[in-house]
Amino acid sequence: MSYEIKMPALSPTMTEGMLSKWLVEIGDEIRSGDVIAEIETDKATMEVEAVEDGIVTQLVVDEGTQSVPVGKVIAIVSVDDNNEQTDNGKSNTIAVGMSEIGNERELKTQSEGVAKEIQGLKEVALLPAMNWDGPVRNMTVREALRDAMAEEMRCDEKIFIMGEEVAEYQGAYKVTQGLLEEFGEQRVIDTPITEHGFTGLAVGAAFGDLRPIVEYMTFNFSMQAIDQIINSAAKTLYMSGGQMGCPIVFRGPNGAASRVAAQHSQCFASWYAHCPGLKVVSPWSAADAKGLLKSAIRDPNPVIFLENEVMYGQSFDVPDTDEWLVPIGKGNIVKQGSDVTITAFSIMVGKALEAAQELSKKGIEAEVIDLRTLRPLDIDLIVQSVKKTNRLISCEEGFPFAGIGAELGMQVNEKAFDYLDAPIMRVTGKDVPMPYAANLELLTLPQSDDVIKAALKVCYSEEDS
Amino acid sequence: MIPKPKQKRIKNPSKSGRPPKSTRKLKNSKPNKKSLLSMHHDMLLIRRFEEKAGQLYGMGKIGGFCHLYIGQEAVVVGLQSVNEEQDSIITSYRDHGHMLACGMEPAGVMSELTGRAVGYSKGKGGSMHMFSREKNFYGGHGIVGAQVPIGAGLGFAHKYKNDGGVAMTYLGDGAANQGQVYETFNMAALWKLPVIFIIENNQYAMGTSTPRSTAGTDLYERGAAYGIVGKQVDGMDVLAVREAGIKAIDYARCGKGPYILEMKTYRYRGHSMSDPAKYRTREEVDAMRKQHDPIDHLRDVLLREGIEEAELKQQDTEVKKIISDATDVALGAPEPTPNELFTDVLIEVIE
Repeated sequence: MSYEIKMPALSPTMTEGMLSKWLVEIGDEIRSGDVIAEIETDKATMEVEAVEDGIVTQLVVDEGTQSVPVGKVIAIVSVDDNNEQTDNGKSNTIAVGMSEIGNERELKTQSEGVAKEIQGLKEVALLPAMNWDGPVRNMTVREALRDAMAEEMRCDEKIFIMGEEVAEYQGAYKVTQGLLEEFGEQRVIDTPITEHGFTGLAVGAAFGDLRPIVEYMTFNFSMQAIDQIINSAAKTLYMSGGQMGCPIVFRGPNGAASRVAAQHSQCFASWYAHCPGLKVVSPWSAADAKGLLKSAIRDPNPVIFLENEVMYGQSFDVPDTDEWLVPIGKGNIVKQGSDVTITAFSIMVGKALEAAQELSKKGIEAEVIDLRTLRPLDIDLIVQSVKKTNRLISCEEGFPFAGIGAELGMQVNEKAFDYLDAPIMRVTGKDVPMPYAANLELLTLPQSDDVIKAALKVCYSEEDS
Repeated sequence: MIPKPKQKRIKNPSKSGRPPKSTRKLKNSKPNKKSLLSMHHDMLLIRRFEEKAGQLYGMGKIGGFCHLYIGQEAVVVGLQSVNEEQDSIITSYRDHGHMLACGMEPAGVMSELTGRAVGYSKGKGGSMHMFSREKNFYGGHGIVGAQVPIGAGLGFAHKYKNDGGVAMTYLGDGAANQGQVYETFNMAALWKLPVIFIIENNQYAMGTSTPRSTAGTDLYERGAAYGIVGKQVDGMDVLAVREAGIKAIDYARCGKGPYILEMKTYRYRGHSMSDPAKYRTREEVDAMRKQHDPIDHLRDVLLREGIEEAELKQQDTEVKKIISDATDVALGAPEPTPNELFTDVLIEVIE
């Protein structure tokens, strides 16, 4: 009897990885706990241990193979029948770190869903909106963010980055990979796990004429530090009559990751966008992530830069230049249309585009706007679009109450009421703390189907029933 | 496209040189008559300024919260007499004394208290939020304890830029129980930041006395777990403050890391103007005033040094004139114009 060993998922959002090294050969006897392979994910190199005793009979995936999907069979191990514990007669499957769930649909996690969306969308949206006809390089959002920081740090020695695990560990999500090596420990600084303290310290350094980048391992932890962000960073310029500028970037992953439940899955867009004295940016594509982060670092004001863990591994074309800047405060029409305006930011842009594709098949042409910046909001772009389409749907992952959609709806109500042919609709996360169970998590997060339903409704489509 | 703001290039910190040598020889712990007189002047200036501020508050000319420094003058004056131009200063909301000791204009401070356009923050900050980049005074912070990590950040910047500066970070006995203070102690010690944490222990965190709020009331020991040297000082004796300051600043400036000075002091007035101060007796306050007043103490020293009483009287007259002029400015100046409402929210970026 034999076992299949499958490519393990080694992090909540991992969808594939490289099998970098086999540490066993065919014919080797392995015992439970032996390290059998090294797998490189987009975040780290991990060791895979055998979970059962046996003899390796087949290495299905060659050493060095890239992009091996989670769940693919990578090796087969035979087990001495005398020790056989199971009696169902079938070949068993072992996927290290992964549990088997019967229902395929329920297994579709947030990240897998997005990966599918992105693959189908490349041609639809991106290049025309990028406003760049020079050479491009395909890179992940993660690499784009790293390049943005590295390029800016090369130009200005006042810029430094601090946060938990940003230096020696190369970033909890590998966003700061290579920065320590290039810039040294004076400028790439591992902090203790004390968000309140190191945020205040960075704010003080900004008052002291430096230009800090503060990484939060996730924005959930910024709540520990929110007093320093709001009361110190955002308000001091005003309270000092314009003397005390605070050029600082607070960045890190925001919103839901995957299966990490309520305390680690929350969108802070509306929290920070509420406050004068801050700029709040939340990019979707790698090109925008790079161009906006460079603009944020150069900005003389405090900027909240909301990334998304699920997006880190997604690849996009990015202009191949050190001077690619995307202005803060400008939205972007990622798909033109005439029937309904759909606004979104961060990960929801992909879902909105997927919805727009489906709607197109039904004869509804949606205009999709990537807000990119939440404060200052590019309300003119939205109002212009609404005047054309006469309908608005706002998408966000965050809670509905007092969310970005509430603000958008109100502003469009004030500025384009006469142009509206249907009530403004919101597609948001559900009004509950994020549940852990896969099926409940999926129900909580807004999906492209929700966007489609909303669009059919505001277009008074016959399909809306 | 956003043009890159003009920035001063600084030396690559990773290639920065050694920290400056000890400053011990530069500072004489025994001040001469001139500096004794100067300290007397500065303490008197703070005292008279605060008395006037109290009066103006009573007349409704100053609004909101107003925390007076009367009784604590020796702390900031003693330390300011020994620090250097490149050092930065940051404190909490009981900040009028610190500003005057930094050399900020009394008229500018008083005008901010009365909410006028010529105030240090154009009337938008008020008593608790004033700043002067020119004098390296970084506020004026209204949230208890928030100035402590910010002060460490100023120290971080001094070290990063290798400019030889020390960050004088003031906090009260109440703030000494804030969590972020200990996060800061840890980082400041870990990274050997040039920061002096000055705990002004005036013995009451608003209405709660130190023994009622604090387990372990020797606040100078609060950095012991992080290996931070701490010293308790008689904060009513400006000469003791000065001497302790010289040692602490020297220690931090030559790269040994942070230092804690616990200044045992006392505020004569309530926590703020609206505090009836029922948590302590009139006798307790009177005893402090009569037996430990920091200005009386220095005055005795000056007289012993042979300074004429008339000279001190002359100084008092001069100080009263400065305060009177500052008050005239603060009451005569216009309020900020309505268009100031929307300025200074963000620094404009020209595209």
